[in-house]
Amino acid sequence: MTEQDKILEKATSEDYKFGFTSDIETDIIDKGLNEDVVRIISAKKEEPEWMLEFRLKAYRNWLKMEMPNWAYLKIPPIDYQSISYYAAPKKKPQLSSLDEVDPELIETFNKLGIPLEEQKHLAGVAVDAVIDSVSVKTTFKETLAERGIIFCSFSDAVKEYPDLVKKYLGNAVPAGDNYFAALNSAVFSDGSFCYIPKGVRCPMELSTYFRINSANTGQFERTLIVADDDSYVSYLEGCTAPMRDENQLHAAVVEIIAMERAEVKYSTVQNWYPGNKEGKGGIYNFVTKRGICRGDHSKISWTQVETGSAVTWKYPSCVLLGDNSHGEFFSVALTNNHQQADTGTKMIHIGKNTRSLIVSKGISAGVSNNSYRGLVKVSKRAENARNFSQCDSLLMGDKCGAHTFPYIECANKTAILEHEATTSKISEDQVFYCNQRGIKTEDAIGMIVNGYAKEVLNKLPMEFAVEAQKLLAISLEGSVG
Amino acid sequence: MLTIKNLHATIDGKEILKGINLEVKPGEIHAIMGPNGSGKSTLANVLAGHESFEVSEGEVTFLGENLLEQAAEDRARNGIFLSFQYPIEIPGVSMVNFMKTAVNEHRKHNGLEPLKASQFLRLMEEKKKIVEISSQLTNRSVNEGFSGGEKKRNEIFQMAMLEPKLAILDETDSGLDIDALRIVANGVNTLKTPENATIVVTHYQRLLEYIVPDYVHVLYNGRIVKSAGKELAYELEAKGYDWIKEEAAE
Repeated sequence: MTEQDKILEKATSEDYKFGFTSDIETDIIDKGLNEDVVRIISAKKEEPEWMLEFRLKAYRNWLKMEMPNWAYLKIPPIDYQSISYYAAPKKKPQLSSLDEVDPELIETFNKLGIPLEEQKHLAGVAVDAVIDSVSVKTTFKETLAERGIIFCSFSDAVKEYPDLVKKYLGNAVPAGDNYFAALNSAVFSDGSFCYIPKGVRCPMELSTYFRINSANTGQFERTLIVADDDSYVSYLEGCTAPMRDENQLHAAVVEIIAMERAEVKYSTVQNWYPGNKEGKGGIYNFVTKRGICRGDHSKISWTQVETGSAVTWKYPSCVLLGDNSHGEFFSVALTNNHQQADTGTKMIHIGKNTRSLIVSKGISAGVSNNSYRGLVKVSKRAENARNFSQCDSLLMGDKCGAHTFPYIECANKTAILEHEATTSKISEDQVFYCNQRGIKTEDAIGMIVNGYAKEVLNKLPMEFAVEAQKLLAISLEGSVG
Repeated sequence: MLTIKNLHATIDGKEILKGINLEVKPGEIHAIMGPNGSGKSTLANVLAGHESFEVSEGEVTFLGENLLEQAAEDRARNGIFLSFQYPIEIPGVSMVNFMKTAVNEHRKHNGLEPLKASQFLRLMEEKKKIVEISSQLTNRSVNEGFSGGEKKRNEIFQMAMLEPKLAILDETDSGLDIDALRIVANGVNTLKTPENATIVVTHYQRLLEYIVPDYVHVLYNGRIVKSAGKELAYELEAKGYDWIKEEAAE
C-alpha cells in the first residue's frame, strides 16, 4: 500500500467519520440577510468598491427571485434569515509556515485524513484548503508562480489580481443567473481563483478541499478558473463535511473560461454529509457550475462523482461559443437512504462544429430518488453540432426511484443528436455469482457498481479515482440484503 | 467428502427437495439426471448456498464441516465450485479483475499471499489453454456479450483457476455444439484428480460420453429414486424417464 492509498483508506473508511466539530475560535456575524450583511461581508474582506457593487447587484436580483421548484426534489422551506452568512476562523496575522497555523486546524486536517503536511509530498498535488470560507493555507503557490500560474484564494485574487477578477467574474454565471447563483454572488465568502497564462500546461493537478465547519453556517464558495490561449489545467474539488442534525445550506458557484485552444478538466468528488438513515440532517447542495468555451477549439470537461448531500441540485454546463469547441460531462450520482439528487448538465451549442458528450450514471438505493436532468441546445448558427448522450440508471432494491428528464432544443437542421438510456438492477443473481467465486457480498456490490460506473471513474485523475471507488462501495453498504 | 442426509429445501414455501441422500468421495464423478422440474438445479444451488432456497430439514457435511451454516462465499473458498446453468453477466467488471479478486480471496482463505499481477497473468495464460479460451474473451467484462458456448467454457476456465475440491456442473452441456461440448468435457477431465470430486447435473446422456461418471442418480420429484453405475445413463437415454416415474409411483 502506498502512502497515498493509506491516506485514502483512512479518509474513506466506513462510518461517516468526518462528523466532528473542531473547536476553532470563529468569527460569526449575526444570522439573517439584508444589504447591511452584504456590506459587512465585503468590509470584513476588505474588498474594493466594485466587488461590493457586484454583491449588492446580485443581492437586489436575488430579492426579486424565487427559489426554483422545477427539480424533482422535496425540500422543506428554507428560512434564509436563520442562517449566518459569514464565518471565518479568527485571523492570525502573517502565516508564513505551517507551524504558525492554529494547531486545532492542523488537527482538523489530520482527522480528515488529508494533512497538509502530507499533501505537500503527495503526487504533486497543490492544495488550497478552505475551512469555513477563508483559505487558510495555500501550498505550491511558488512552484506554480514560476510558470505564471495564479492559484490562490478568491479573496487574495480580489486584492492582488483585481483586473483579472473584474474582467472574468460573472462571465459564465452572471450575478442574476438563478436564485442560488444570485445568493452566492451576494454573500460568497471565499473560494479559489486560478489563471493559466497563454501556452502554459499546468504541471500538476490543482486541488481544493472544501469543508463546512461552524454550526448553522451556510457555505458559499466561488471558484473562477481562466485558461488563456493554448493552456491546459486539470482541477480537482473534493468535499467532506461534519455531521449535523439540522440541514445546512451550501450554494456554490464555479465559473470556467476557456480561451482559444485551451482545455480545462474539472473533477469533483462530493461527499458532504448525506443525513442519517432516517433522512435527518444532511447538506442541501445547490451548485451552479458553468464553463464557457470562448475560444475556437477549446474544451471543457466536467467529471463528477456525487455520493453525499441530502439534496443535490447541480447541472455543470458548457456554453460552446467558439467554433469547433468541445464540452464533456461525465457523472456518477449515487443516492441512498433518503437522499435526493436532481443533477445533469446543459450543453449549449452556439459555435460551428461544436461537439458535446454526456455520460451520466445514476445509482439509487434505499428510498432515495435520483434524477438526471439535461438540456442539449443547438442554436441557429451552430452548423454541424454533434451531441451524444448516454443516461444509465442502476436501481438497488424496490423502494428507490430513478428518473430521466432529457430536454433537446434544436434550431439547426445540420445537427446530429443522439440519446441512449438504460435502466438496470443489481440482481441477486449477480451477487450470488460473485459469492460463488469466493467474493463476499459487500465486495461484490462494490465491484458491480464500480463496473457500472467505470466509464466515468476512468475520467478521474488517479488519486481521485481510488477515493471515488471506495466511496461508492461504502455509500452502498447494507443496501442489498 | 460430501454427505447429504435427508435434505429438504423450499422456495417461496414450495418444497422442491424432499429428502435427498447422497455420499460423494474424493476422486468420484456422480451424475445427477432426471426430467425437467425434478429438482436438479435446486440441489446444485442449495449446495452452493443460494439464498432464495430455504433448507427446511436435513444435514450436509462437506470435508467434515456443516456446510449449511456457511455463507456462499465461504463454501466457495472451502472448495465448492458451481458451474452455472445460466452464467451471469456483470457489465464493466473485467474477467481479469473478477478472477484476480476471486483467486486472491481463495488464497487469503488458505493463508497464502495474494498473487502479483505478473504471476496472476501467467496463471491465466496457463489455464486458458485448458478450455481453449481466447484472450479476447478474458479481456472482456464478465460473460458480457459471450455466446452460450463461450459462457460455458468460461465457467470451466474459472473452475481451472480456482481448483475446487468439489465441482458441481449444472447443465454444463446445454447450449453447446458438439465441438464446444468436447472442449468443455476435456477441460473437466484434465482438471480431474484423485483428490477432487465432480457432480454432473444433466438431462442428457450425451455429456456423460465425455465425462464418464462412476455413479448415476435419477432425481425425480425431489428425491433420488434410482442410483446405479454409468450403464443407467444409457438405459435412460433409450427408455426415457417414464419407467422411472412409474417405478417411483409404486
